[in-house]
Amino acid sequence: MVHLTRKLLSGITLAAMLGVAVVSTQANAATLHMAWSQDATGLDPHKQTAFSSLRLLELIYEPLVRVDASLQIVPAIATSWEFSKDGKELTFKLDPKAKFQDGTAVTSADVKASFERILDEKTGAATRANFLSIASIDTPDPTTVVFHLSQPDVPILTAMSDVNAAIVPASEIKAGSIGTKAVGSGPFKLDKWDPNAKEVLSANKDWAGGPTGVDGIEISVLPDEAAILAAMRTKQIDFALLNDPLVATLVPKEASLQLNRVPVLAYHVLQLNPSRKPMTELKVRQAISCAIDRQEVLDTASLGEGKVTGPLTIPALATDPSQLFCYKRDVEKAKKLMSEAGYADGFSATVIGATGEPPTAAAEAQVIQSQLAEIGVKLDIKMMELNVYVDAWLKGDFDMAIALNGGRADPYTMYNRYWTKAGNLQKVANYIDDTLDSQMQKGRAETDPAARKAIFAEFEKHLAEMSPWIWLYTSYSYTAQQKNIAGFVPTPTGTLFSLSKVTIQQ
Amino acid sequence: MNYLMRRLATFPLVLLGVSILVFVAIRMVPGDSITAMLGTEAGLLTPAQRDSLAAYFGIDQPWFVQYWRWIGGILHGNLGISVTYGRPVLDVIIERFPLTLELAVLSMIIALAVGMPAGIFAATHNEKLSDLGVRMVAMIGQSTPSFVLGLLIIYTLSAGFGVLPAMGEFAPLWQDPLRNLSQLILPAITLGFAFAASVTRISRSAMLDVLSDDYVRTARSKGASARSVIWRHALPNALIPVVTLSGIEFGYLLGGAVIVEQIYALPGLGRMVLDAIQQRDYALVQGAVLFIAFNFMIVNLLVDLAYVALDPRIRLGEP
Repeated sequence: MVHLTRKLLSGITLAAMLGVAVVSTQANAATLHMAWSQDATGLDPHKQTAFSSLRLLELIYEPLVRVDASLQIVPAIATSWEFSKDGKELTFKLDPKAKFQDGTAVTSADVKASFERILDEKTGAATRANFLSIASIDTPDPTTVVFHLSQPDVPILTAMSDVNAAIVPASEIKAGSIGTKAVGSGPFKLDKWDPNAKEVLSANKDWAGGPTGVDGIEISVLPDEAAILAAMRTKQIDFALLNDPLVATLVPKEASLQLNRVPVLAYHVLQLNPSRKPMTELKVRQAISCAIDRQEVLDTASLGEGKVTGPLTIPALATDPSQLFCYKRDVEKAKKLMSEAGYADGFSATVIGATGEPPTAAAEAQVIQSQLAEIGVKLDIKMMELNVYVDAWLKGDFDMAIALNGGRADPYTMYNRYWTKAGNLQKVANYIDDTLDSQMQKGRAETDPAARKAIFAEFEKHLAEMSPWIWLYTSYSYTAQQKNIAGFVPTPTGTLFSLSKVTIQQ
Repeated sequence: MNYLMRRLATFPLVLLGVSILVFVAIRMVPGDSITAMLGTEAGLLTPAQRDSLAAYFGIDQPWFVQYWRWIGGILHGNLGISVTYGRPVLDVIIERFPLTLELAVLSMIIALAVGMPAGIFAATHNEKLSDLGVRMVAMIGQSTPSFVLGLLIIYTLSAGFGVLPAMGEFAPLWQDPLRNLSQLILPAITLGFAFAASVTRISRSAMLDVLSDDYVRTARSKGASARSVIWRHALPNALIPVVTLSGIEFGYLLGGAVIVEQIYALPGLGRMVLDAIQQRDYALVQGAVLFIAFNFMIVNLLVDLAYVALDPRIRLGEP
């Protein structure tokens, strides 16, 4: 007791010295104080692809549809949608209550203008590639939009759930102010943005989705995640996004905090470069696959925080990884494959990784380095600043690369960039065969869910066997919150959209 | 005066050199504003999309054209527009600089207030136990990385006492001095600790040197008190290396203390430059580096002028 009193007293003295209250009382209880370590990089929903940017923009802008926590398509601006029988016409009915934050109604003309902007090469929208099948857009009335497609394209609906396909006001497009002003139809308005320091959001009273649970959200950028945790301990922060499993696993040790974790669609992978010797040899790639103990990589690099995965990370479609080629480590088989390929003595190669992106990259590379050493592969690890890494990665300028690649709710949208003959990132993947390409095309056109599942299961099995890449594991997305925050629903896409309904209990 | 004019005249030349260096260096680093914005998704762009984005970021022209435009702008007092902030580079820098300056001044005050007395104390107790103690603490101070000390302070305060200065929103000195000081005192201690350690070590050795000089012995033999010998006779001469060290250290601090700013989430120059490099905000990186170089030159000049004040025998600029 004496000890406690003394501790309390010294705490109060310290607090007084620092000019802060021991337990900070929030001036406005209905404002959610949030923190993340990396800030958004811009406000144009069609051009931003950084994780934080998407998370911020999802609170301000709305797409036609969204995906929920079980990755099912649910209404957003559109209340209903329908594919025509031949799969070449997609019709949306818009919510007549939907309004932009400047008070004007969201109409079919805004939808048309938004997609025309995405498709315009001058915009530089990275997701344009997902919408190339749009041949024309009709707007028979203000609340009806019809997309005419040049070929059956089932995954386009999932692609439209992305905030990168957000509907922006046609008037703002005309004024050229997208990216400088944020006028969306979402639950929050952006009042202030001080890049790399702070965002201030206030509730959009006119939001068609109904009243929000809090009056506003203040997002602080605290670059060090250990400092975020410290700020949560002292109740300065109600809710935080965490990247580093080392920090996230400390959260449950704090009595007043709760950790939310959910497996995400993004996957950790060792990308081999099959255009470089000796990875040109199927047997060498397979040997590498057999020599890697994925569970050990996960346990060592990420404290076991995640799940071993095959190429498909979407829970409804993924195959049990133990059914895939060499998912149980087999060093003898690996050695045999190596000698059959003429590399009994092994070879040397360089693996590249981005510093801190993901935070586990260097550790993953080190575990793989020691595992591959057992079959004579000498790996040289080269860690680079993220942008330098991206540059080398895009040029396909690597022997092997440690990567954390983003996932999508649809396997076609997720992988057509790599594993189709016309894929934009074929020069990064450097491997394609007829089987992969035809399975992707079939999966794109197939509307029956069971038939699609079968097609993609074959695709996954074949891809794991050809081993152009060695899929390792999916990790969790982490959010930490005070226990008096209610209503947050973590989802595999990492979206923070459910902050719109979060409440602060007193 | 003549010396001052000549020194000032070299400024533009040095700045020109710095401008070329930073301009070329930041462009030699692989990756550009487009890959910084889109990451690996940049690979999905068509050539036409890429061209359009390059034009938007102002990186579509050859290097020398870009450089020429930039230098031309500077001559008209325009450092360019930051693509991250969407505002003039100079505005962004001027907004961040007061914090950096304040942090540098505070940590220098801490360093000198702690380091000099400690150094003098150690010198006057040479090779005694107390001297060893001071030297050991100074050694620890110099070899403890600031991120270790910073995280240790944050962890101890938040986990042990449940307190922490408000993080996230920084209050400028003129708006809320109390909150401002509460936010800056820990970073200043973190920075000042290592700085104080260097000051301790350098003032101790300078003091020891001076104390063995003839004139000190003369002063002693003429019956001057120990206190007067140290403070009136020895100290002014022992100050020169301390001023040199503090000047260089202060110049560095004016460039921003990246790690400390990261840990304490302070919007200073260091973090701004780091973010600008990561986001390949060329105009901001260039403008900020020029600004930092300019500050460094000013500090160096002031250090030289301080020598004259400390030691009248020194005549600047004379052969």
